[in-house]
Amino acid sequence: MGKVGVVLCPCELEGVSRFDPKGVLEGLRGKEGILLFEDSPSICSESGMEALRAFLGEGEVDRAVVACQKPDLLAPTFKRALGRWGFDSSLSDVVDIGPALETGDGSDPQGTTEKVLSAIEAGIKGVRGRSPAKKGEGAFLTRAMVIGGGIAGITASIDLGNAGYEVLLVDRLPSIGGRMLQLSETFPTLDCAQCTLTPKTVETGQHPNIRLVTYSEIESVTGETGNFLVKVRRKAAYVDWTKCTGCGLCQEKCPSKVPSEFERGIGPGKAIYTLSPQAVPNKPVINREVCRYFTRGKCRVCEKICPAGAIDYEQEDAFIEERVGAIIVATGFDLYPKEEIGEYGYGDVPDVIDGLAFERLLSASGPTAGEIRRPSDGRIPKEVVFIECVASRDPERYMPYCSRACCMYTGKHARLYKHKVHDGRAYIFYMDIRSMGKGYEEFIQQGMEEDGILYLRGRVSRLFRDNGHVAVWGVDTLTGKKVEIAADMVVLATAMIPSRGVKELAEKLHIKTDEYGFLTEAQWKLYPVETEVEGIYLAGCAQGPKDIADTVAQGNAAASKVQTLFSQHRNSSLPRSDS
Amino acid sequence: MEYLYFPGCTLYTKAQNLDEAGRECAKVLGFELKELSNWTCCGATFPLAKDNIMALAPPARILAKAKEEGSALTTLCSVCFNVIKRTNQLIKGDEEKREKINTFIEMDYQGDVRVLHYLEILKQEMGFDAIKGTLKRDLQGMKVAPFYGCMLLRPAEEMEFDDKEAPTIFEEFLESIACEPVDFPYKIECCGAFQSVGAPEVATECAYAILNSALKNGAEAVTTTCPLCQFNLDSRQREIREGHKDFPGIPIIYFTQLLGLALGLSVEKLDFDLNDVDPRPLLREKGLL
Repeated sequence: MGKVGVVLCPCELEGVSRFDPKGVLEGLRGKEGILLFEDSPSICSESGMEALRAFLGEGEVDRAVVACQKPDLLAPTFKRALGRWGFDSSLSDVVDIGPALETGDGSDPQGTTEKVLSAIEAGIKGVRGRSPAKKGEGAFLTRAMVIGGGIAGITASIDLGNAGYEVLLVDRLPSIGGRMLQLSETFPTLDCAQCTLTPKTVETGQHPNIRLVTYSEIESVTGETGNFLVKVRRKAAYVDWTKCTGCGLCQEKCPSKVPSEFERGIGPGKAIYTLSPQAVPNKPVINREVCRYFTRGKCRVCEKICPAGAIDYEQEDAFIEERVGAIIVATGFDLYPKEEIGEYGYGDVPDVIDGLAFERLLSASGPTAGEIRRPSDGRIPKEVVFIECVASRDPERYMPYCSRACCMYTGKHARLYKHKVHDGRAYIFYMDIRSMGKGYEEFIQQGMEEDGILYLRGRVSRLFRDNGHVAVWGVDTLTGKKVEIAADMVVLATAMIPSRGVKELAEKLHIKTDEYGFLTEAQWKLYPVETEVEGIYLAGCAQGPKDIADTVAQGNAAASKVQTLFSQHRNSSLPRSDS
Repeated sequence: MEYLYFPGCTLYTKAQNLDEAGRECAKVLGFELKELSNWTCCGATFPLAKDNIMALAPPARILAKAKEEGSALTTLCSVCFNVIKRTNQLIKGDEEKREKINTFIEMDYQGDVRVLHYLEILKQEMGFDAIKGTLKRDLQGMKVAPFYGCMLLRPAEEMEFDDKEAPTIFEEFLESIACEPVDFPYKIECCGAFQSVGAPEVATECAYAILNSALKNGAEAVTTTCPLCQFNLDSRQREIREGHKDFPGIPIIYFTQLLGLALGLSVEKLDFDLNDVDPRPLLREKGLL
C-alpha cells in the first residue's frame, strides 16, 4: 500500500481564527504512511490544481484525503480531477471539517485544532481501509434508468433515447404521463395539456430505445456509477399484458364502481382500469382493494368478457433485475392533503376541492366532460372562491416554502372558469402574486382586466358548510375589511409536497432528502441536477416545487448530464446500434 | 380523589351558578374540590408582550402555592384555565423566564403542577362513560349547542386541550348526560370577549351571529364553560333584541348546571335565577322541573 496524501484546503477557512492550521499540519507530520501537501495555493485555482496533480503523481501516493470546510462544491471538482489524472477516485475522500469548527467558539483554539486533527485522522483511516477498484470489473454501462414517468421523466427519456442510449422508464402507476396528464390547459398559453403531452407519451411508448416498466416500484439499488444493479418489483396487474389488446371491454363491464384517484375522487372509476383512454401503455390493472372478486370472492365478469383471455387472478408480483450506468429520479409531487387542514373543514365540505380536482372538472376528458359542475349536487357554481398559499408559506402550521406554480395555475383556473361560466364570479385570495416567468405577469394581468377576476389580498380564516353554500370568511388587507362570501364552490391551491414514498426511495439510492422530503441536489447553484452520488440525477418536482416549463428544462438538463457521463465511456460498452 | 380548586374572582361574584353547581356535582361524582387557600386573581389575561413578566406574577404565585398544597390544580373558568395553564407551560419550558419569575415572586416553582379543566377531570380522570351510570334526570331530546369560545382551545400547542378546529370534548360531555349536541359553525368563534367593555355593540353582534347560528341549527339552549362567554351570550340578548326584533332568545346554561340537572341535584343548588335568560321555562317544558 502506498502513502496517503493529505491536503488541508487553506482557502476561505472562515473558522481560521478559531484553530491553528499549522498546528494541524504539525500534528500530522511524521505520522507513518502519509505525505503532507504543504505550502499550496488554493487547490481550486489552476496553479493549485497543477500543484496537487504533481503532488499526487509523486508515485508513492496512491490514496488521498482532502480536508475542507464546505465540501459540497469542492468534492465533485476534486473527484473529477482525480479521474482525469488517472487516479483511482474510490481511494480518496473529502473530509468535512466544518462540524469540528462549528463546535469551537474561538475560546479554545487548541481544542478545535485537535478536533480538526481527529476528523482528518478518521478520514485517513477510512481511505486506508479501502481496496482499489479492480481493472475491468463491472463494465461501465451506457444505459439509463428513469424513475417516474411524468413530464420530467418523459423528457429525459426521449432525450437519452434520441441520443442513442437505451432507457428504462419506471413508473408506479399503470401508465406514464404523471400529473400533467391530469391537467386541463396549461399557463400561460392555455394549450391543452393532453394535446401537448399525448404525442410525447406516444413517442415514449414507441421509441426504439425506451422500454416502459410501468406499475412497478424500485425494490433495491446497489453498485455505483456505470454499474448500478436495480431490483424492480412489477406489481401484479392481474391482467396478462402480453395477451391484452387494450380493447377496454373489461372496464366497460366491470360492476365495481369506485371514486377514481386519477379523477381526484370527484369522478367514478372501476376496479379494473386504465388511467385514461389514451394511456400508454394502454393496459388495465385490477385494484384488488375494491374488486368484487377479490373482496367478495364472486364476480369474474372481466374474465368472462375478455376476448383475449388476458385476465389472471392468480398473477403475483414479479421481480426483475436491471443493470444501468446512470439513474434519473423524477418522482414528482403530491398535494398537501386538504383532509389535514382544520380551518377549511378537514376535507369534509364536498364543494371544497383542491387544484388538481378542479383541473379534472375543467378537462374535456374529466368526469364532467369539461363542464364546471360542483361535486355536491352537480349545479354549475356561480360564485367560486380560489384560495392561494394553502399550507404553503405557513411556517407555523404547514410548509414554510412557496409552492411556486400556484399563483399561475390559480390565475389560470379563474380565467378558464370565467371562459366557461360567463355570468359566474371568481374571487382569488392571495398573499402576493408571484408571476415570474416568460409571459406570466401578462397572463395574470389579462385575467384581472379582461376576465374580471376579483383579486383579494388576504387570507381565509375559515370555510364551512352553510345552507347549501360554502361560507368563506376572509379579509381584504388592502381595504382592511372583513370579507364574507357565500360561495358555491371553493378551490384550494394546496402546497406541493414530495410524492409518497420518496424518502424510502432516497434511502435505497443513498441520496439525501431535505427537511420536507424533497430530494437534495449536490449543490443548489452549480450542481442543480446532480446528487451526491455520481451517476444519479434529479428532475422535476421531486427536487422541489416547480412548473412545467422548469420541469422540462430540468429533464433536459438531467438527460444532458447523463449523456456527458456516458460519452466519457462510449468505448467501454456501446449503446445499442439499432437507433 | 381530591383536586385543588381555583375558582377565580368571577365565580365568587357573577358566576356563582357555574361555581356552586360544579362543586355540588363533584360531591355526587365522588371527587372533592379542595379550594386553594389564599388565592388571588389569575391576572385575567395572558400577556401578549413576551417580556411582560410582571403580568405572569399572579398566575405563577397561584401555581407555586398549588404546588405546596397538592399536585393538580383545577379550574372551571376558561379564562383562568387559559392564563394559568399557559403560565405553567412557560415556566416549565423556558428556563430564563422561570428564573426571572421566581426571583420576582420570591418563590421556587418549576412548572410541575398539572393544570386541569373540570371537563378534563370528567373525561380523563372519571371517564364520560362513568357519568352515564349516575344520571337521575333524563335530559334525552334536549338539543344543546356547545359553545367552546377561544380560551379552552387556543393556542392549541400550549393548551393541549382538544383539536382547535374541530373539538369534540364538549359534545362527548353532552352525550354523556343524554343531551343531543348541536353542531354549529360558530362554536369555536370569539364571543366578543372584552369588547363588551369598550365597544359593546361589537360584542353584541358577535353574540347575535353565534346565537343565530345555534338557533338555525336547531339548538334549544347553548352551553358554555366561561363566565365571559356566558355574559356576552346571555346578558347581551337584551341589546340583540333591540337591533333584531325577530330574535327569539335562547337560554345559555353553564355546563355544570346541565350536569347537576342530569345528576339530580335540587334546583335550588343550580341557581337558574342567576341566568339572564331564564332557562326554567324550557326545562319545565322538557319535564325536568
